Amino acid sequence: MVASNRMIITLFIPCFVDALYPRAGISMVEILEGLGHRVLCPEEIACCGQPAFNSGYYAEARTIALPVLEKLADAEAVVIGSGSCGAMVKKFYPELFAGTRHAALARQVAGRTWEFSDFLVSQLGVTQLGAKFPHKVTFHDGCHGLRELGIHKQPRALLAQVQGLELVEMTEISCCGFGGTFSAKFPMISTAMGEVKCSSAAETGADYIVSSDSSCLMHIQGLLSRQGKPTKTISLAEVLNHK
Amino acid sequence: MNSFVSDFKTRATEKAGDLRHRQVIRTALRGYEIVRDKRKAAFQSWESARQAAAVTKWEAVNHLDTHLKALVAKLEARGTKVHWASNGEQAREIIAQILRDKQARSIIKSKAMTSEEIHLNHALEKEGFTVVESDLGEFIVQLRHEPPYHIVFPSMHLTRGEIKDLFQRELGDAPSDTPEDLTMVARRVMRQKYITADVGFTGANFAIAETGMISITENEGNARLTAALPKTMITLIGIEKVLPRFADLALFLPMLATAGAGQPMTCYNTMYSGPRQPGECDGPEEWHVVLLDNRRTELLADAEQRDALHCIRCGACLNVCPIFRNVGGHTYGTTYSGPVGSVITPHLRGLQEWKHLSKASSLCGACTEACPVKIDLHHHLLQNRRNASAAEPAFFERLAFQIFGIVANEPAFWSLAKKIGWLTQPWQRLVKGSPLDPARAWTKTRDLPPQPRESFKDWWRNRQ
Repeated sequence: MVASNRMIITLFIPCFVDALYPRAGISMVEILEGLGHRVLCPEEIACCGQPAFNSGYYAEARTIALPVLEKLADAEAVVIGSGSCGAMVKKFYPELFAGTRHAALARQVAGRTWEFSDFLVSQLGVTQLGAKFPHKVTFHDGCHGLRELGIHKQPRALLAQVQGLELVEMTEISCCGFGGTFSAKFPMISTAMGEVKCSSAAETGADYIVSSDSSCLMHIQGLLSRQGKPTKTISLAEVLNHK
Repeated sequence: MNSFVSDFKTRATEKAGDLRHRQVIRTALRGYEIVRDKRKAAFQSWESARQAAAVTKWEAVNHLDTHLKALVAKLEARGTKVHWASNGEQAREIIAQILRDKQARSIIKSKAMTSEEIHLNHALEKEGFTVVESDLGEFIVQLRHEPPYHIVFPSMHLTRGEIKDLFQRELGDAPSDTPEDLTMVARRVMRQKYITADVGFTGANFAIAETGMISITENEGNARLTAALPKTMITLIGIEKVLPRFADLALFLPMLATAGAGQPMTCYNTMYSGPRQPGECDGPEEWHVVLLDNRRTELLADAEQRDALHCIRCGACLNVCPIFRNVGGHTYGTTYSGPVGSVITPHLRGLQEWKHLSKASSLCGACTEACPVKIDLHHHLLQNRRNASAAEPAFFERLAFQIFGIVANEPAFWSLAKKIGWLTQPWQRLVKGSPLDPARAWTKTRDLPPQPRESFKDWWRNRQ
């Protein structure tokens, strides 16, 4: 696939990005349109159903996921603005719908779904987006993107092309402690994990923590703000759309 | 909430906020990943080695009956007495009966997590037997009347200074807090015990079906002394520890050492194939091997999670687990802690009582990535959650997801929910983190992001 082939891309903006981080979603639209593609954002899609799924409520998760699956049925390509929700659709929908009459559809949609940074690099073959971001940053790998989808090189390939950006890696690859409902069910464990993450990020001396996952950044930023730490967080899409 | 859950939550909350504990564990594990990765690089392909190990364990576990029969036939052929124990109680009774028959009084033990699993020491001490742990870490936690903190490093949570103080208090001897001095103190105590013990008790790392051998991995030589000096030797081993072939050890011994401690091989790896044979001048006169089920066969019956029986108890998943590193080993309240403990404990001790361990995870998957035998650990945590919720759904939690489903599936409701969120923000900020705050579980330690007036979907709609 090459960038010059105009595609119709169905962009799935996760519920919390829609409500809390619209700038991340807008950046994704602008980047994809800037590359000459047509972007669709179905109004009816809000949530992938992951919170219910991860809590073990598969029937309730299917209720939330089925309309999403049906809306995505005819999409040429589905791009999801989160590694976590991306993993839900790409990896866990086939499991969630296994043995139901939607099993085949779930597998088809999974095969046409990509996380945003993965889509840019592995499907469109694009890394240079003409972005400028003159700051020292570190990159946080959301665990679902990293381990369920195997995304590691793609965001780094994109960041490497951003003018003025200096990427400093953290010495420890660790979970930020968010984990969806886990953060509310076991707040102290989640907080401790987040503190470890924030220390690792602080050790790099970075001004910004960048991630493909706004949910991780919500957790990290929540701790940084509460503790009065100067490090800032920003989504990868916003960095890539920063001119 | 059962007491296992409330105890777990209380201990987890306390430990997670204990910065000293966090630092001690971080220091203890500092360098582990570096040396482990160095040793992994010595394999031609670590990933292929993992795959080979997983395939071998798959074969062993899926044909467990055949391999166990072969193992037992070979062991018995050389005069070993083999006992089958369906549960902990049976195993304890078998072991106690051997001790009674031998009129034993004192037992020297090398490290065995299976003995922790069946609470052997407690049962034997209650009957008047003296039990001494000979693994240094186990010896230390025994002096503290504590269970092991970690399946491989039992006293990982203690500093040298604390061990020095403990030895001073309990043994009256601790010249300094250097590892050498502390080891010499323990060694002086233990050497006497090896000589006077009536029975030596060991666990086992692997059992080889082909040759009828058990293999013990250690670094201190204490298991060798435990097995060699007393007249009677007892070995307790979980039935899943069987490997089909002797040659499998060529993979599993370096793999266990690498994944567990970042060592190329542990200092001592000994294979035992029977008691003292005619014409031999040393070794125990009698050897009893106790094969323990204790609900392992129930895990075997679960095709989805059967691979949890692949576990070689290397502790790699504990070492990399951010939950374990923050709450510590004792918080779990189980023999097997960390990710593998959270996976198997519900099977060994009851799903509803122990499902909270599967929930206490961000499902980050570091464990699965680290596991040398490729157990699908974090997905098993998810399956435990699914099985627990299906059997006994939590009323309000399910209701919340049902309501959320209605809101998320209807754009008008979703827009309204966002509007309500935006409108109530100023009020939420006023009560932030207080008991009045409905989001307190989050806001007690973390700020909520400000919600902008215009959501992504508002922006999208406006530009169309």
